[in-house]
Amino acid sequence: MLAVLVGSGAMAQEIPAEPAIETAPEPEPIPEPPPVLHPPRNIVAQDVPHDNGGVLNIQWEPPIEGVPVRYVLEMAGEDGFFQEVTRTALTQYTVMQLENFVPYRFRVAAVYEKGQSMSPETEPVMARDHWLKLGEMPVLIAIFVFGSLLLFFIQAARRGVELFVRRISGLTAVEDAIGRATEMGKPVLYVPGTSTIEDVATLASLNILGEVARRTVHYDVKIICPNKDPIVYTIAREIVKETYASEGRPDAFDPDSVFFMVPDQFAFAAGVDGIMVREQPATIFLMGMFWAESLIMAETGASTGAIQIAGTDSVAQLPFFITACDYTLIGEELYAASAYLGREPMLLGTLKAQDYGKLVFLIIMVVFTLISVFSGYDAASLVRVR
Amino acid sequence: MSMILEAFWIWIAALLTLAIFSFLWKDNVFYRTAEHLYIGVANGYSITLIYYNVVLPNMVYPIRGANQALSADGFSWGLLNPFNDHNYFIILPMMVGALYITRFIPSVSWMIRIPIGITMGYYTAIAIPASFKASIVRQLEASILTRSDFDSWSVVFYGLLIFLTTVATLIYFFFSAEHKGALKPISEIGILTVMVGFGASFGLTVMARISLAIGRFIFLFKDWLGVVS
Repeated sequence: MLAVLVGSGAMAQEIPAEPAIETAPEPEPIPEPPPVLHPPRNIVAQDVPHDNGGVLNIQWEPPIEGVPVRYVLEMAGEDGFFQEVTRTALTQYTVMQLENFVPYRFRVAAVYEKGQSMSPETEPVMARDHWLKLGEMPVLIAIFVFGSLLLFFIQAARRGVELFVRRISGLTAVEDAIGRATEMGKPVLYVPGTSTIEDVATLASLNILGEVARRTVHYDVKIICPNKDPIVYTIAREIVKETYASEGRPDAFDPDSVFFMVPDQFAFAAGVDGIMVREQPATIFLMGMFWAESLIMAETGASTGAIQIAGTDSVAQLPFFITACDYTLIGEELYAASAYLGREPMLLGTLKAQDYGKLVFLIIMVVFTLISVFSGYDAASLVRVR
Repeated sequence: MSMILEAFWIWIAALLTLAIFSFLWKDNVFYRTAEHLYIGVANGYSITLIYYNVVLPNMVYPIRGANQALSADGFSWGLLNPFNDHNYFIILPMMVGALYITRFIPSVSWMIRIPIGITMGYYTAIAIPASFKASIVRQLEASILTRSDFDSWSVVFYGLLIFLTTVATLIYFFFSAEHKGALKPISEIGILTVMVGFGASFGLTVMARISLAIGRFIFLFKDWLGVVS
């Protein structure tokens, strides 16, 4: 614009050109050397001690120089191919859900803004499960305490020490209920739950089955015991058969009285309902672990007019039994039932051990709460399972 | 064709649903038919499931693989290693399991006690530590109050409520003493607490069951009769 103004009109004057100044050519810029990116150092992969296995702990140190944006941990299994496990800003990571006794190798990349630097691989390391799990020590101590109480009370019962057990109304009714079946000439239906043998409630139920069977032998009442689980069925059958034999009536045992029905939950409920309405048992025992079928069976049993005694430790099903059955054994009462009914020293000892075990835990709860509240020390950590 | 087939199965399902519902009136031939069909189908289905999910992968395939390895590479001690995918070691537990069948042979039926003893011992050993861990030690830890439970009034209220009702409930389930004297009111609070918990659980579960019944009615009125869109 200025040049146009200057070069146009009458006022324009000739400006003498200035002599050109020779300048040296500018030197080529020297490229900066690439930054040295240092990798993480001293990577250590270790099996986590005293655990259930499947876990490895990986630790490393930051690079000797420079601050990475993050680290990328990679792992290679048996196939030898490295795959990314995680991205983290920390210098430690615990890899879980690994297979035990499979060698794994690890490496860590330090990621910078201008690139990344990979560490060398670790030596192969394997996760393994350990015999001693220190994190579960409170469980071991609890079992030891309970076991000691158990032995003490069993010995006391064997020595003839009178062990008092208060009246449990649901169990006092067992005798009356079987007596009623005798008077009416109708059978007793015993359902040992719908769970498998590893359930504590099933084990308790099978103990009670023996006592109920003993009374049916005495009163000469037919017992019907349908089963949902094949292993529970085999054991239930042996228990009833043994009871008949031990009571001197092996001939009275009906092999068809204890039978396997079906492993499906609601098909089993439909079948038991059918037995209830067709056989019209005078007494129905629903003992053990139950799920959604509990109300179906308990309601049908109630509609037939039978005396129903139920027992379970399933908190979700207890309300249904309480509403639909005449007597319900709640949780601990189920475990106490066989000892209460049998009055054998061995079983009474277990019942007393349960009781005093509860007392010990009650005392621990109160004392540890007082310690925690008044001293500020986290006493709950002493019983924490990791 | 597929439409006809679909309609056929909907009719079967609807009629079976009605047959089962008829039990609400009284035991009848329709319910009995549906019941026996249900039990039969469920047993057949379970046997098939066990065959494909248990028998084949745990018994047949390991032995078949071991046979192939034996014929290809000859004998190696790895064929007896139970941790290998293909091994002959599996024959040992199979033989123990087969003892269940001895109950059909009276002269050797006592042998059924061997697998029963192993099963009971094994599962009891699993159940006891697991029960101690989940039902006792973890509950004990959760029940212990700490100073942080006294940070605010609402936390204090709920913390103390849980603590005291836990103590009362434990006392209710103490069988070694009569519920007399001081124990009587405490144990009554305990059973009251339990019943309050059951009441809440009852309401929650009934809601879930009603939703199941609604699902069945929707099937009947929508998929079968088509009177609901």
